[in-house]
Amino acid sequence: MSEIVLKDVNYIYNKGTPYEVHALRDINLTLGGGIIGIIGHTGSGKSTLVQLLNGLAKPSSGKVLFDGEDLWEKPERVRAARFRAGLVMQYPEYQLFASTVYEDIAFGPRNMGLSADEVDRRVRLAAEFAKVSPDVMERSPFDLSGGQKRRVALAGVIAMNPEFLVLDEPAAGLDPGSRRFILGGIKEYRKKSGNSVIIVSHSMEDMASYCDRIIVMANGRVIMDGSCAEVFSRSLELIGLGLDVPQVTHIASALRECGIDIGRDVYTVGYAAEKLDSFCKKA
Amino acid sequence: MKNAIEVKDLSFTYEGYGDSPDVTALRDVSFTVPEGSFTAILGHNGSGKSTLASILCMLEEPGSGEVIIYGKRMTGEDVTDEDIFEARRRVGMVFQNPDNQIVATVVEEDVAFGCENLGIPSAEIRKRVDAALDTVGMRKYARHSPHKLSGGQKQRVAIAGVIAMKRDCIIFDESTAMLDPLGRRDVMETIEKLNHEDGVTVILITHYMEEASRADKIIVLDGGRVLTEGTPAEVFSDPEKLWEASLDVPQSTELLYRMKKAGYDVRLDIFDAEGCAAEISRAIEKRRGKRV
Amino acid sequence: MDVAFGQYCEGDSLLHRLDPRAKLIISILYIVVIFLAKNVFAFAAVTVATLAMIFISRIPKVIIAGGLKPILFIAMFTAVFNIFFFKGETLLVDVWIIKIYLEGLINAGLIVLRIVLLLISTSLLLTYTTTPIALTDGLEQLLSPLAKIGIPIHDFSMMMTIALRFIPTLIEETDKIMNAQKARGADFSSGSIIKRVRALIPIIIPLFVSAFRRASDLATAMECRCYTGGKGRTRMNVLHASPRDFVFTFCVICLGAGVILINIYAPGYSVSM
Repeated sequence: MSEIVLKDVNYIYNKGTPYEVHALRDINLTLGGGIIGIIGHTGSGKSTLVQLLNGLAKPSSGKVLFDGEDLWEKPERVRAARFRAGLVMQYPEYQLFASTVYEDIAFGPRNMGLSADEVDRRVRLAAEFAKVSPDVMERSPFDLSGGQKRRVALAGVIAMNPEFLVLDEPAAGLDPGSRRFILGGIKEYRKKSGNSVIIVSHSMEDMASYCDRIIVMANGRVIMDGSCAEVFSRSLELIGLGLDVPQVTHIASALRECGIDIGRDVYTVGYAAEKLDSFCKKA
Repeated sequence: MKNAIEVKDLSFTYEGYGDSPDVTALRDVSFTVPEGSFTAILGHNGSGKSTLASILCMLEEPGSGEVIIYGKRMTGEDVTDEDIFEARRRVGMVFQNPDNQIVATVVEEDVAFGCENLGIPSAEIRKRVDAALDTVGMRKYARHSPHKLSGGQKQRVAIAGVIAMKRDCIIFDESTAMLDPLGRRDVMETIEKLNHEDGVTVILITHYMEEASRADKIIVLDGGRVLTEGTPAEVFSDPEKLWEASLDVPQSTELLYRMKKAGYDVRLDIFDAEGCAAEISRAIEKRRGKRV
Repeated sequence: MDVAFGQYCEGDSLLHRLDPRAKLIISILYIVVIFLAKNVFAFAAVTVATLAMIFISRIPKVIIAGGLKPILFIAMFTAVFNIFFFKGETLLVDVWIIKIYLEGLINAGLIVLRIVLLLISTSLLLTYTTTPIALTDGLEQLLSPLAKIGIPIHDFSMMMTIALRFIPTLIEETDKIMNAQKARGADFSSGSIIKRVRALIPIIIPLFVSAFRRASDLATAMECRCYTGGKGRTRMNVLHASPRDFVFTFCVICLGAGVILINIYAPGYSVSM
């Protein structure tokens, strides 16, 4: 399994001008394995962090190590990093350009210099993962619905078979059903491909249901880093940071005040119901 | 109570171009929006909610059925441009993408834009713009460039532009969809304030169940039809139906629903955490009582 | 990132408060005055006036200096051209085929100075101290008599306003799209010209699609806000010319008269070109 290590990373925008912004401060992280969620406000540095992983942004100081190798030591590594950490940006459907869905998904693999056969194999596999149906492959991506476009854009990155699939707000603007569909698809992809997934999102409910590990950022720093249970059990701190916790976590703490303690690590409805049930049986 | 908007048997079809077939966006939709009420419209992507919004703002002509805005029928042959202008003067809209509805390069100029179109005297516009910016809490950004504001701030500027025109009814077409949680909270607070304090009729189109749960009435659209309609308590009492329509219910309702299925005697119409906890503890007490 | 150069700088100086119409007229007058200046002394007078204007505007010198960067190349080219190809009387350097005259040096200096003065004065008046929207308003109202003969002045000014509003948005969007395509391995910086032009397709197409979508959204939003063209429209900010506008204009006219007098009565090294 591959690993990305950020070592003492700082990132400063507009350095030396009056508009200087210190976006990331002394970040030390090891990323790899499972589905990792990164949460934080707009301006907490999470989007900058994501762009460091595939070399779109260069740290002002510190190192980004991909399997122990410094990304910025050799220029060819930066380009390779694009393919190793595949980034799906926010509202990726706005970046579709090709005349057919197939061509658009093939853009990444072709840039990797793969053979035509391999490109074809990857495109079809990626389409399957992203739930793009085979009969739209020859249609123009601009004729599809919003949700379909989003999945085509997702397939375009999956087709590069990146060791890390990095997604910035993959479900933004979708209705609850489409959210479940796309996030469920990502979870399934993680399981079948074995590649690591990193999701950046505002939605605590989604993060709680889909992530194995959560990193909380604020003011350019990592504030918390741990399992969902660990992070959401510190709900008061999260609220203090102006972040929301899932409503069910609020309910659990309100229940505790009524004398019904089902634990501090409640963050999904299913788990809460289970705990309530066993609480009643015990009582 | 008088109705701000009445919709009767409204249908709408997008004509297909080339080989693509016609798409029916709305089928026999009927509902009323009383003056001063807060109505939420829920529905998955492509359920027809945006089409409905554009018909209510006179941007699309309905295929069949009636739309009555403040007592004036807006469908049929005899509707004049003046009628449309008058309806637009009373019913405003705030769109989804905050960037694509701001016209001017200075916040206050943008807020003034609508008033200028109405031909209001300069001094009066000035007063209205300042008041509108106060209402949405953006007065200190009056001279700023909208480009540098956050999404939530841009939406509040857009709302100020609508209220400066003294609209009686505002339609929010997924206006919170592109915002982060803080921006969403600010915009929702502004919307509720307009509804509660200034008596503005609000129609909120949204994907977020917790936003819809704050409305007086929810209309759920599915495949262009009204799937269900009622108070949040009524609508959310049937989670299965909403899940099937690609929607959701607030987590409180979902938890209570699971409790109910497990045989507990709980109400489903509670949307706040404290109330939900109280209801659960009451049900548990009750069951224990029985056992003893 | 060039955030400040060539953009409006918030401020409350005399220059900021001038009526945009006055500033447009003054800019034109000032350009005429700069071209009227023919010799070293006249240039000195205009330079002093321009420095005074910088002082009045209270725009940071760094920003003004930064704003000169784009013309650096043109200025250098002009200077070199003049130094090497100008034939005068006082020969300073004569090596191989290179002949440099004193007059050539002065001429080069004055022409570069002229370019610099032109840029500083117009950007001081029209960009650093005037918002684009005020400028558009000023232009609309200055040209409004033309509307009477059927020229759609309001429409042009609305288009200008919207263009100004969306330029930063589209720049940001271009940046985003470029990053997204780079993330899929697009390479914009290597290969032959044809390859590089082709590499732009994945940027240009989404940008156009997005621009059209925005245009259509905006048209809808404007319609919803009762926009029906310029007819029957009022304005929140009506421009009022104040005494200071006239005083400032008068000063520039005086400067022009002074320059003409210096040209005639104080002949020095004259500039040609």
